[in-house]
Amino acid sequence: MFRVIRREELRPTVTLLEVEAPMIARKAKPGQFIILRVDENGERIPLTIYHYDREKGTVTIIFQIVGATTEKLNHLRVGDCLADLVGPLGKATVTEGKKKVAVVGGGVGCAIAYPVAKAFHDNGAEVHCIVGFRSQDLVILEDDFRAVSDVLEVCTDDGTYGRKGLVTEALKELIESGNQYDEVFAIGPMIMMKFVCRTTEPYGLPTTVSMSPIMIDGTGMCGGCRISVGGETKFACVDGPDFDGHKIDWDLAVKRNQMYRDFEMHKHEETCNLFRQEVK
Amino acid sequence: MANMSLKKNPMPAQAPDVRNKNFEEVTLGYTKETALDEAQRCLHCKNHPCMQGCPVMIHIPEFIKEVADGNFEAAYQIISQTSSLPAVCGRVCPQESQCEKYCVRGVKGEPVGIGRLERFVADWHNANAAAPAEKPASNGHKVAVIGSGPSGLTCAGDLAKKGYDVTVFEALHLAGGVMVYGIPEFRLPKAIVQKEVDGLRALGVTVATDTVVGRTVSIDELQDEMGFEAVFIGSGAGLPMFMDIPGINCKGVLSANEFLTRINLMKAYLPESDTPVVHPRKAAVVGGGNVAMDAARCAKRLGAEVAIVYRRGEEELPARREEVEHAKEEGIDFQLLTNPVEILSDENDNVRAIRCVRMQLGEPDASGRRRPQAIPGSEFEIEADCVIMALGTSPNPLIKSTTQGLEINKKGCIVVNEDGLTSREHVYAGGDAVTGAATVILAMGAGKTAARAIDEELSRR
Ligand SMILES: Cc1cc2nc3c(=O)[nH]c(=O)nc-3n(C[C@H](O)[C@H](O)[C@H](O)COP(=O)(O)OP(=O)(O)OC[C@H]3O[C@@H](n4cnc5c(N)ncnc54)[C@H](O)[C@@H]3O)c2cc1C
Ligand SMILES: Cc1cc2nc3c(=O)[nH]c(=O)nc-3n(C[C@H](O)[C@H](O)[C@H](O)COP(=O)(O)OP(=O)(O)OC[C@H]3O[C@@H](n4cnc5c(N)ncnc54)[C@H](O)[C@@H]3O)c2cc1C
Ligand code: SF4
Ligand code: SF4
Ligand code: FES
Repeated sequence: MFRVIRREELRPTVTLLEVEAPMIARKAKPGQFIILRVDENGERIPLTIYHYDREKGTVTIIFQIVGATTEKLNHLRVGDCLADLVGPLGKATVTEGKKKVAVVGGGVGCAIAYPVAKAFHDNGAEVHCIVGFRSQDLVILEDDFRAVSDVLEVCTDDGTYGRKGLVTEALKELIESGNQYDEVFAIGPMIMMKFVCRTTEPYGLPTTVSMSPIMIDGTGMCGGCRISVGGETKFACVDGPDFDGHKIDWDLAVKRNQMYRDFEMHKHEETCNLFRQEVK
Repeated sequence: MANMSLKKNPMPAQAPDVRNKNFEEVTLGYTKETALDEAQRCLHCKNHPCMQGCPVMIHIPEFIKEVADGNFEAAYQIISQTSSLPAVCGRVCPQESQCEKYCVRGVKGEPVGIGRLERFVADWHNANAAAPAEKPASNGHKVAVIGSGPSGLTCAGDLAKKGYDVTVFEALHLAGGVMVYGIPEFRLPKAIVQKEVDGLRALGVTVATDTVVGRTVSIDELQDEMGFEAVFIGSGAGLPMFMDIPGINCKGVLSANEFLTRINLMKAYLPESDTPVVHPRKAAVVGGGNVAMDAARCAKRLGAEVAIVYRRGEEELPARREEVEHAKEEGIDFQLLTNPVEILSDENDNVRAIRCVRMQLGEPDASGRRRPQAIPGSEFEIEADCVIMALGTSPNPLIKSTTQGLEINKKGCIVVNEDGLTSREHVYAGGDAVTGAATVILAMGAGKTAARAIDEELSRR
């Protein structure tokens, strides 16, 4: 079960895996995610469903290698199996009934932004995509985005590709130049989403963000994924992951995500060393 | 001649200052000799008052008689008539408020150690007599069970023995419900639960882990597309409550469910596990039930100084008596009649203390327990770098929100009749999903009741 049937290194630190999971493929919708465990001692980590194929019975994920678990995941090859894969989790993104939207993606968050942008497009909306990366060698999915966007802005922090600067600057320009969006959808690092919300707030533009707190079960059982939205506590795994970005307590969300940082850094190092020894 | 000692045979246990540093089982179980001796204390009362205290009416005097005669397998067979999880219930039942509460030996002295004997018999059976279960001939009927806690496992087992083709759907990657993700290894070794699950597989039950009903499949799909003729919902009460006080979301405040899941399900205390868990220096656990005791004792084992903060008094602690005793022996500080009013954090939003107020007990409330009231001006702080909330749980709304026509009461619990039938045809429910957070034995009993009703319904077809 959960056999890897395709593996592509999109970038040195960004990998795509297509995995057999017919039950999940049957039900998946844009904006939903899975939780996986690589092996018996593995942590449960959430990843967005980038693509699903109901006929083939597969789901595709794209992930950035940031720690121990994503490192292990990156060592899987075609034919290998994941210990566990559960989903589709969370609520699907509402993509119907919109005339014109802006989708803002940051880094590997673009893997999440793409299916949402495509769903908006398929539902007949005019879609403006603004995707940002640190530098040229991290740019992913450009052609995919182009196929579903009426306007596409690719930004890099260091100006090595596309326009130089942050996604918030490009977004602001599009808004200022008279584009009337029914909704802005942002997904990426918390800090980026926070600033997208800051940018849209003065214009009163409804802004939805896809939150990525630390999760365990993904079924509403632990409360580890809780965030504060408009003063209310919400569980991102069942109430979200999409929320009204203008209501989120961002500072708290950012801090809560660093809860296990020391352990994570240590585990990552340990895992890397393990793989290095195997290579020898 | 009966053994007229006023005291129960004591339960051998690891020494407190040894066990509070490891996760191995605290109590070691009776030996054959102690079991024989304890069984001699039973007077085999004709009207067997003890049985009324047992939610599933185990034939207590009869099984104890067999123990006294050294027929341990026969004793096991008597227990099995009414209970499927004796190795579990013998360990975790609140005996002092159930069977043993009514034991006549308890009038003068201590009651017979019924739970300890039950555990002995089950462990003896598992070690000596467990002939692999055989898969019965199929009767062609398909039943789905949602959740693999005690209610689900029991319902599945009873139906499988009758030849039903049963599939258990479990959201997590491991079957067992609270018995694997909540109750710690040192109180209920996971091997015991695993044995139950393996037993089900041997009976032909399919255990489909990683399947969230309501997300991966819906109840309608189970019935209409996948051909399950009846469904049993044993999804438990896993939704944690948080207090509505300032600071509740800051770093280092977590639900007991999260803390215990990291430790029990994910084995985060072992170096080879990739899952992180906080290793507090000073932990405060809010609550007074079994969950609070388990969280506190886990925190202790991770090296913390631990305080339990509970708003009522010692008498009112809802935890099993034995767990409270064990927690005290292990060096856990009990701050009773104390209620948190605010969680204080440092400049990085890390918890640094909880502000509490002392309470006194006033008039009894609707539940008959005396209502705690704050004593004005009694505020004080308890230093803590980790606060664990063990305030109780309620049923997870996921199934309700994805199943049309399933009647739910205002506490979020599924409404059923005496057979466990819900407001939806062919859909049964039991355990914590129906009662709210309760006990293993009640969940087990509910699984049995529903299995019987399902069998009656389907065998009529
Ligand atoms: C609903 C949801 C969908 C997600 N979808 C994707 C996706 O499609 N692709 C992808 O690459 N990542 C996604 N993430 C983030 C992904 O889950 C984390 O990158 C992963 O858990 C890291 O695990 P690790 O053990 O490799 O790293 P860790 O060692 O656990 O963490 C390494 C670093 O990443 C940070 N981190 C840990 N957990 C998260 C998290 N949940 N979100 C953001 N940062 C985190 C840590 O603070 C640390 O700095 C998603 C997260 C959520 C909650
Ligand atoms: C820490 C702790 C300590 C306890 N100590 C004791 C004790 O000492 N003695 C005692 O008698 N009782 C104790 N209890 C209570 C006891 O464990 C429960 O009453 C009992 O487990 C309830 O059984 P259940 O079958 O109803 O559900 P659970 O054991 O809760 O199992 C429900 C299962 O269903 C799964 N599930 C939920 N939703 C879905 C879904 N949508 N799809 C698929 N699967 C789903 C869950 O993942 C879970 O595995 C304790 C509870 C806790 C949390
Ligand atoms: S199942 Fe529980 S209540 Fe019943 S006899 Fe055994 S220990 Fe006592
Ligand atoms: S009440 Fe006590 S002494 Fe009497 S039969 Fe029950 S266990 Fe034995
Ligand atoms: S991940 Fe546990 S409640 Fe959301």
